[in-house]
Parts: sequence; C-alpha cells; structure tokens
Amino acid sequence: MQKKFDRGLERTRWLAGITVFAVLGLVGLLANPYVISLMTIVLLFTFLGQSWNLMLGIGGQLSIGHALFVGLGAYSVGVLYVKYGISPWVGLLTGMILAGSVGASIAWLSFRFEVRGIYFALLTIAAAEFARIMFSGWEFVGAMQGLFFAAPTGGIEISMLRGDARFYYFVALALAALGIIGTEFISRSYLGYVWRAMRDDESAARALGVRTFQHKILVISLSAATAAAGGGVLALVQGSIFPDSIMGMGLSVDVLIGPVVGGLGTTFGPLVGSLAAIPLNHLMSALGDSLRIPGLNNITYGVVLISVIWFLPDGIWPAIVRLCKAIQGPPTAWLWQSRKVEE
Amino acid sequence: MTTLLEVENLSRSFGGLVAVKDVSFSLRAGRITALIGPNGAGKTTCFNLVAGALKPTSGRVLFEGRQIDNSPPETVCRMGIARTFQIVRPMREMSVLENAMIGAFSWTRNVSEARSKAYESLESVGLAAKAHARTDQLTLPDRKMLETAKALSTRPKLLLLDEVMAGLRPTEAAGIVGVLQKLAEGGLTILLVEHVMRIVMEVASHVVVLHHGAKIAEGPPEEVVADPKVLESYLGAGFHA
Repeated sequence: MQKKFDRGLERTRWLAGITVFAVLGLVGLLANPYVISLMTIVLLFTFLGQSWNLMLGIGGQLSIGHALFVGLGAYSVGVLYVKYGISPWVGLLTGMILAGSVGASIAWLSFRFEVRGIYFALLTIAAAEFARIMFSGWEFVGAMQGLFFAAPTGGIEISMLRGDARFYYFVALALAALGIIGTEFISRSYLGYVWRAMRDDESAARALGVRTFQHKILVISLSAATAAAGGGVLALVQGSIFPDSIMGMGLSVDVLIGPVVGGLGTTFGPLVGSLAAIPLNHLMSALGDSLRIPGLNNITYGVVLISVIWFLPDGIWPAIVRLCKAIQGPPTAWLWQSRKVEE
Repeated sequence: MTTLLEVENLSRSFGGLVAVKDVSFSLRAGRITALIGPNGAGKTTCFNLVAGALKPTSGRVLFEGRQIDNSPPETVCRMGIARTFQIVRPMREMSVLENAMIGAFSWTRNVSEARSKAYESLESVGLAAKAHARTDQLTLPDRKMLETAKALSTRPKLLLLDEVMAGLRPTEAAGIVGVLQKLAEGGLTILLVEHVMRIVMEVASHVVVLHHGAKIAEGPPEEVVADPKVLESYLGAGFHA
C-alpha cells in the first residue's frame, strides 16, 4: 500500500520538477535581457546553494566560508583562460579538483583535532579570509585589480564555454537542474541516509557503524568541488574576477541565503529561496536608487530574512508543501507528512 | 558453549575516581547476561568500555578472541557488537523506518536491501506497523524498541542493551522481556545493563553484580539475589534476608 502511494507521489514530484524547468526554459527563450541576466544569477546561486545545502542540510557540517571554494573555481577558470587561453572546461575541472582537495584538507585537519560544529564553521571563515587576502596581494592572479575576460565576440563556442547572455542562462539552467537531480540522487543513495544520520546524531551514527570521519571529509570535499564549478561559471558570466567580491564574506552569505530561506536540507529549497531573495534584492536596490534611499535593499533584505526565520523557520518550500497538503485533504496530507521526513 | 566476549581485569578511572576496578567476566554465546548493581556502581562505564565508546585505563576486552578495547565505536559495531543508548537517541528528522535502515549500511550499500532488513528488525521488536511514523510520534517504550531495532539492523552477534527497561511501566517492560527472550532463542547473545531487579530475574540466565566499580558476585540470578554481599550493596549493611 505504501509503495503504491509512494509511486503516485513520485510521479507528482517528477511532473512538478519537469514543469518548473520547462517554464524556466521558456523564460530563457522569451524574456528580455534584464530578466535573463537576473535569472542567470538566480540559477547560479540555486546551484551554489545546493552545494552548501548538501554540506549542512544533509551532511550536518556548517560552512560560512563557501566563498573560498567559489573563488578557487573562479580563479582556476580565470587564470587558465585569461593567461593561457585554455578552455574553461579544463578550468572548471581543475577548480573542482583543487577546491575538493582544499575542502578535504580543511576537514581532515579540523576533525583530526576534534574541531567541530560552530568551531569548524569559524575555521571555514578563517580559511576563506586567508585565501581572499592572499589572492588580493598575489600579482600573478591580478591582485586587487582582478582578472578580466575578453568581451564575448557574439558567437557561441561550446568548446570554450563562451557565448551571449542567453547562452549563459542555459548553462546556469543546466547547472541548476544538475544540482537538483544530483542532490535527489545522493539523498536516495546510501550516502544520503548515512549523512542524515550523521547530521542528526553523530555518536549514535558511529555506534551504528557509520565511519563519520571519512563521511564528513567526503561530504565537505564534494560540496567544495560543486561550489567551485558554480564559481567558475559565475566568473564567466560576470566577465571579471575580484578577490573581494568572489572570495569575500558577502559571497559566503549570499550562498547560504537561498537554502536558508527556501528550506534547509530539501531538494527544491535552494531554488525557491534564490527565486524569492535575489530578485527582491535587485528590485529594492533599483527602487532605492530611484527614490534616493540608499540601503533600501539591505533593509528590506534584513526584514524579509528575519520574517522568514521568525514565521517559517524551516523555510518557504516546506511551507508550500504544507499548504498543498491542506488543500488536497487528509489522505494525501498523511503522504506529504511521511514524505517530508524522507526529504 | 563458546565464549563470545571476554573482559579481563578491566579498569577505568576518571581523574582520581575509579569507576571500574579490575572487573573480569565473560559472555557465553546465545545467552542473556545481565550486568547489575546499585546507582553509581560503574555499570554504564563498563558497558561503554565494551562498546568502544570509552578506552580502558588497564585491562582488555576480547571479542571472538580479538582485542577490541582500542577500537573506535564504528569498528566495534562492524565486528558484530551493537549497542543501544540509555537515553534514547532517534535521528529526529528521519522516519522510524529510516532510523532502522542506518545500521544496515554497515554491511550493505544497497538501499532496498537495507530497507528490507529494517522492516525485519522493526518486525522483530513489534514496530513494523509504525514504520512510516515520525520518531516524535512514538511512545517511550516504542522509542526504546526502536533503539533495539536500529542495533539489530547491523546484524550483530552481540547486542548490548543499556537500561532498555528504565522508566517503563511493568506491563510495558513485560512486552520488552518477551522481545528479548525471542531474540535470544534466535541465537543472539545479549548483555543487559539493568537497574530493575525483577526483570533481570525473569530474563537473564547469568548475572554479574558490580558495586563501587568492582565485581562482587556472579552466577545464576537465583543464587546472586541470595548472596548477602549483593543484598548489602543494594539495601545497606545489617539487612539480611
């Protein structure tokens, strides 16, 4: 009986996912340049949020220094492309390997000496700030002046990952889809179960045979590698890399806004959160400019964040799920509830 | 009968406090052994030493002839020793079934295999009907049984139970006694740390009594309860039956 219900729910989830991406695809084909560039950023931060969500929402490890991994990805692409003309594909791969190893090293060092929880989070900030300062003074990577990509010639070159705004929109869309499918896949594999157990109670998980030391390193390096991929594409989209913006604390916070607002540990949370938070920020920024109220975007941002945390502490996406359950009535309500736990 | 676990001259101190002092006993395969003693006797410390959660100050623990006292808990678990916690610790955000699945991942990576093992474990403790509930919907006896089911999913040879009966009403405890007896009939070796004497008498075939960290008596339950030293440790000097 349970199986039959699960399959029905499965279909609903797939349909919902496909519909969302079909709509996003249409947006890419039909929308005006402003919407396209805004949505590209939304989708990239969906992917980055997904990577952060994997680490905290599933693996239970808090990072407030994800800018480090994003930055490593961006610089790998930037340095190889700008300095040597090597394809960004190679840069992305290099960045992922580099960030994955850096993430694994930080994790190894930290957990080897029993530094965990909030202290581990502080360590991630320290590592990110260290890297930012190092890159700010490193002439080879452009130091404070940064790196600039040559303006796109107009044509689309897939082998060099170069093209116009619409091209990058679809790259970001593909990345976001990949992130969602990947998260869903990991969630359902044995890694998902073991990581969630480790998140909920580490010593109980160890008593059940989970090798938490290895699993923590694995989840962190996977999250770091995916963040680097997002960072590489972000650099291409922006056309320039500056240490203060790509490796700064601000970026680390931007990465975690999506999943926190959307719903921690859920597959669709980062997408919903980014869709809600980023356009609002841009809108308020524009409104603040025309009304001559500097900082209006930051104030609104703060108010919205506090309201979400106050009224919907588990995020917008779980609230939507609860709403659907209320509309659809008791039999499915029970289903959503049991599914919520599975998520 | 073969010896599954051997505890040799085990001691553990915390700073100046000696919690367990030169304790030796062995567990025979397929039998329920109880570790009892008044509050503060060192039962839980002794239990944690066997489970790998604490390292002994001196002495050894041998499981199937191999020394395990320096192994971390996950290794001890993978060797075939599963434990429960005195204070129940379900994974809060996971369903009852998912909780029971985790242990199975110590021997398989196949999710559907783990799921069927989890159903089997829940079945054997009478929780199968609540497999899809959230853990905060369970009653206390059910949560205690979930702890046992989680441990059973690791396919243990030895099951360590830390006060599974504490805080339960007699009728609830009786249900758990039935479950334990069935598990032992199925060939599982069980070490029970217990405070409630009546239950120990009912379920254990061998009893080890600790007092102030040292072993003061060992034997079949009916002999142990008649031992003046045991009575004294529980009820104070001068009280003799």
